[in-house]
Amino acid sequence: MAEETQLNLTELTSILATDCGSTTTKAILIEREAGEYRLKVRGEAPTTVERPAEDVTRGVLNAVGEVEELTNRSILDGEVIVKPFSKDKGVDIYISTSSAGGGLQMMVAGVVKSMTGESAQRAALGAGAIVMDVLASNDGRLPHQQIERIRNLRPDMILLSGGIDGGTTTHVAELAEIISAADPKPRLGHGFKLPVIYAGNKNAREIVQNILGDKVDLFVVDNLRPVLERENLGPAREKIHELFMEHVMQQAPGYAKLMQWTDVPIMPTPGAVGLIIQTIAAQHGIDVVGVDIGGATTDVFSVFSGTFNRTVSANLGMSYSVSNVLAETGLDNVMRWVPFDMDELDLRNRIKNKMIRPTTIPQLMEELIVEQAISREALRLAFVQHKSFAVGLKGIQQERTISDTFEQKSTGETLVNMMSLKLLVGSGGVLSHAPRRNQAAMMLIDSFLPEGFTHLAVDSIFMMPQLGVLSTVHPEAATEVFERDCLIHLGTCIAPVGPARPGKPILELDIELPQGTEHVAMEFGQLRLLPLGVGEKARVRARPAKGLDLGGGKGAEVSEEVEGGVVGIIIDTRGRNPFVLPVDARERVPKLVEWIKALDAYPVEALSHR
Amino acid sequence: MAHAYTPGLRVAELTVVRKERRLPLPGEVLVKLGAHVKAAQVVARTELPGNVESVNVANRLGVPPEDVPQCMLKKEGDSIEKGEVIAQSKSFFGLFKSSCQATVTGTVETVSSVTGQVLLREPPLPVEVRAYVDGIVADVLPGEGVVVETPATFIQGIFGIGGEIQGQLVMVVASADEILDADRLTEAVRGKVAVGGSLVTAAAIRKAIAVGAKGILAGGLHDKDLREFLGYDLGVAITGNEDKGVTLIVTEGFGKIRMAEATFNLLKRCEGMECSMNGATQIRAGVIRPEVVIPRQDKQPTNEEAGEGAGNMVVGSQVRVIREPYFGRLGTVSLLPSELQRIESETMVRVLEVRFGDGTQAIIPRANVELIEK
Repeated sequence: MAEETQLNLTELTSILATDCGSTTTKAILIEREAGEYRLKVRGEAPTTVERPAEDVTRGVLNAVGEVEELTNRSILDGEVIVKPFSKDKGVDIYISTSSAGGGLQMMVAGVVKSMTGESAQRAALGAGAIVMDVLASNDGRLPHQQIERIRNLRPDMILLSGGIDGGTTTHVAELAEIISAADPKPRLGHGFKLPVIYAGNKNAREIVQNILGDKVDLFVVDNLRPVLERENLGPAREKIHELFMEHVMQQAPGYAKLMQWTDVPIMPTPGAVGLIIQTIAAQHGIDVVGVDIGGATTDVFSVFSGTFNRTVSANLGMSYSVSNVLAETGLDNVMRWVPFDMDELDLRNRIKNKMIRPTTIPQLMEELIVEQAISREALRLAFVQHKSFAVGLKGIQQERTISDTFEQKSTGETLVNMMSLKLLVGSGGVLSHAPRRNQAAMMLIDSFLPEGFTHLAVDSIFMMPQLGVLSTVHPEAATEVFERDCLIHLGTCIAPVGPARPGKPILELDIELPQGTEHVAMEFGQLRLLPLGVGEKARVRARPAKGLDLGGGKGAEVSEEVEGGVVGIIIDTRGRNPFVLPVDARERVPKLVEWIKALDAYPVEALSHR
Repeated sequence: MAHAYTPGLRVAELTVVRKERRLPLPGEVLVKLGAHVKAAQVVARTELPGNVESVNVANRLGVPPEDVPQCMLKKEGDSIEKGEVIAQSKSFFGLFKSSCQATVTGTVETVSSVTGQVLLREPPLPVEVRAYVDGIVADVLPGEGVVVETPATFIQGIFGIGGEIQGQLVMVVASADEILDADRLTEAVRGKVAVGGSLVTAAAIRKAIAVGAKGILAGGLHDKDLREFLGYDLGVAITGNEDKGVTLIVTEGFGKIRMAEATFNLLKRCEGMECSMNGATQIRAGVIRPEVVIPRQDKQPTNEEAGEGAGNMVVGSQVRVIREPYFGRLGTVSLLPSELQRIESETMVRVLEVRFGDGTQAIIPRANVELIEK
C-alpha cells in the first residue's frame, strides 16, 4: 500500500480503480464533473499472473494504458501511476480488487456445524473467501478423515472458531489438535507457515496457542460467537482481509508491487461486491439481492433487515460448470423453460461441448434460448442455497409470548423475504450481455420469483468490485457511479402472491404513465409489459383479488411509485407460492410462447423453429 | 485487425516434449542428469506422513483428561505395535487396572491433557513418480523431481478419462469417420492403445476393458455413453483420477465427430509405435488437456516445442469450428473483419469468415473456432 497519505475526499477529482480477475484485468476511471462523480471510461487487458509475464502489474498497466488511449490523457509516467491529478495528468487515488490465482480459499472450523461452524462460514464468505470445507466436531467424519481432508485441500488460511466465551474448551482443543496433526501447508509460498485465525472461546486461547503455536502462523481475534444469541463477525473478517493482503497476495506474482501502488488495501473481488451491496442497502434503507453468475460459480449477496449474507455456489455456472447445472437440476427442469422440443442425446452432447470449450457463444437463436434456460436453473439453485444459508442464528433461546404459541417458528429461519425485497441486481455474462435486455429481466423474474414490487437491474460492465472498494474511501462517489453508470435499470416487476385458477381475474391496476393513466386488468397466468423509460416514474394503484397479496395483505389495495427502465413495468400474474409451470408440454409450450411474446424476449420466428 | 488470439489443440508430427515429473512433497531423486529413462522407470521417491488415528484414552481408562499423561506407558515419538498396551490406569492397590491398546502400528504423535485424546500415526506411505515417457533426464529439480525430454509426436485431445498409461498404437478403423464399435476390438488389442474414427460407443468401451486394452482414442463420444462408462453424470471437467480399467481420449468433442484428418493420418503413420497417454483434463484456469506422446528418439526436430497450444490467427489459418451449426467442420479463414456483427442469436460479436473444404463459406463468431496447430 502507498504511504499513508491523508486523502482529502472533497478534493477527489479523478479515481482509478482496477479489478484483477482470473482472466481479465478491468480498469475504470471515475471523474467528478459538475459536482457529481461519473464513470469516464473503462479499459481491459488479459490478467498476467501466469506465464510468460508472471506479474499482475503488467495486466494492470495494459488496462490503464487502454484507459489512457480512450481518454487521450496520460495517467502513467513510465510504469508509475502519477498522483495526484493535476493539469489533466494522473489520478488522485488508485484502488484495486483481486480474484486472480483462484481468489482466497479457506477452510473454517467450529464446534457445532450448524452454530459456530456456520458463523465461521459466514465470516469467511462475507470476507470474500471460497469456503472449501467446514470442519466441525459433529460433522460425522472421523479425525483421520478430517486430517486427510485438510492436507488434501491446502487452503490459503484456516479460520478456527468454537465455543461461546466461557463455554467448552475441550472441543476447541480437539479441533486444534486435528489441525496440528494435519500440519497443513499453504497453497502458495513454500516455506511459509499457514495462517490460522482463532476466533473462538476466549478461555481456550492459551490451549490453542500451546497446540498450534509452533506449527502455524496463529492470530487470535475476538470470538465470532461470544454468546449464542449474537455473532461478532467483524474482527474475524478484518483479520481475513489483512492476512489476504499480507500472506496470500504477497505470494502471488507481482502483488507485492501492486500493493505498493494502491492507496487502500487490495480487497478480494467478492468481498468488495458485498460492500457495495451493503452500502446501497444502508443508504436507501432497503432490502437488496445481488447475483453474479460466472462461468464456474454463482455468488449471491443479500441484505435483509440490515443483515448481510453472501453465498458461493461453487459448481453452478454457465461454462466450466454448465454440465453440473444439468446434473444437479435434471434435464426436465432445464427443458421446462424451452418453448420447443429437442433431441435429448443431441442436447446433452451440446452442453458437454460447452463445458469442454467454455469460451464459445451461441450462434443460433435456439442455442441462446437453451443457454438462458440453463441459466434460470443455475440462478434458481444458487438462490435456493442462499435462502437456506441466510438464516437467523440457530440454537438460540427465544422468548415466547402467548400469541407465539399459535405461530411456532423454529430458530434458523431464512431471512430472505421476497415481498420486502426492493432491488434485484444481476451481473455476469449471461445477464449483462443478453442480446435483449428483456431476456435478462425475464431470467431474473423466472429464477428469483420476486413478489410485490421489485426493481430489477443488471450491472452493465461488472463495475461492482471497483465500486465496493471505492465505498470504503468515498461512499457517496461509489453510490453515485453505481446508480448512474454501473446499473442498467430494467424496470419494475409487479407480482401478486397467492394461488388462483388459470384465467380468473385477479388484479386491477391504475398506472399513471407519463402519457396518461392506464387501466390494466390481469387474469391469473399472464405476463404483461408496459413501457416506462429510464428515469421515469409512475404511481401504481393495484387491487389484488381476495386471497392475493401485493404487500399490503390479502386482497388489500396497494399504492406505490415505481421506476422504469430499458424494459419497463412487468406485471406478472403467473402466481407465487406456488409458481407452477404445466408439466405437460402441450400445455406448457403455448404458455411459454405467450409469455415470451408478451415480453418480446425472443423473435417470434425462433419459437416455431422446430 | 488482421489476426486474433485463439487457443487451439496442438497436433505436432515432431517436436520436443518436456515433462516435469514432480513429487507432491520433497523427497529423493533417483536418476542423474543426462540419464536415459524408460516410461515405467521410477525417477523420484518420497514418503507421505502416515494416516492418523485418534484414541480417546481418557474415556477408555475412565480417567479425567489431565491424568492421561501420567497413565501413558508410551511417550510422544515412541514406536508402537497394533494391540500393544499404550496406557494403563493406576488403580486401588493395583487391582482393577484398565488399559488401552494401540489401534494401529506406528508412533505416538501427541498426548493431550486437555481432551484426553492420543493421536497415533501409521508408518509413512511411499510415493513414487515414474518417468511417464521414454527419454533423457534434461533437468534435475533437487529433492523434487526431474524433467524428462524426448523428441516426439505430440497430440492433444479435447477431453479424457483415466490417468497415465503406456502401450502400442493400433489402428482399428480404416478412416477418420468410421465408428469404433465393439466388434472392432479383439484380443489383439490387449495391452495396447486402440485408435478409432468419429465415435467410440459404450459397447466398445466395455469390450476394450474386457479384452484388456490400455487406451482408446477417438474423435467423439456421446455424453450418454460417458455417463454409462463413469456411472455418474460428470458435472465439472476435472478428470484423470478415474480407475476404470482403460484411459480414454476424444480429440474433437461430444457426439459423432470425424477425427481431424491430420490427426488421424499422423496416428496411422505411428501405428505400431509405443506411446504414453494421459486422459487427465482440467478445464479451469491453468487448463490441462489430455495428450498422447509418441517418443521418437531416433529423430531430431528442427524447431523447439512451441507454447501451450496458442497462437495468432490470420487469414489463411486452418481452423476447426467448435460450436453449432457448423460444429466439427474444418476450414480456412478467409476474412477477419474488425467490426462487431450481429449473428442469428442477435448477439453482437467479432466474427470471421471461413471457407470450408467444399468451397462454401460461413460467418462464425471468433470465439467458436479453434486453430489447428502444426
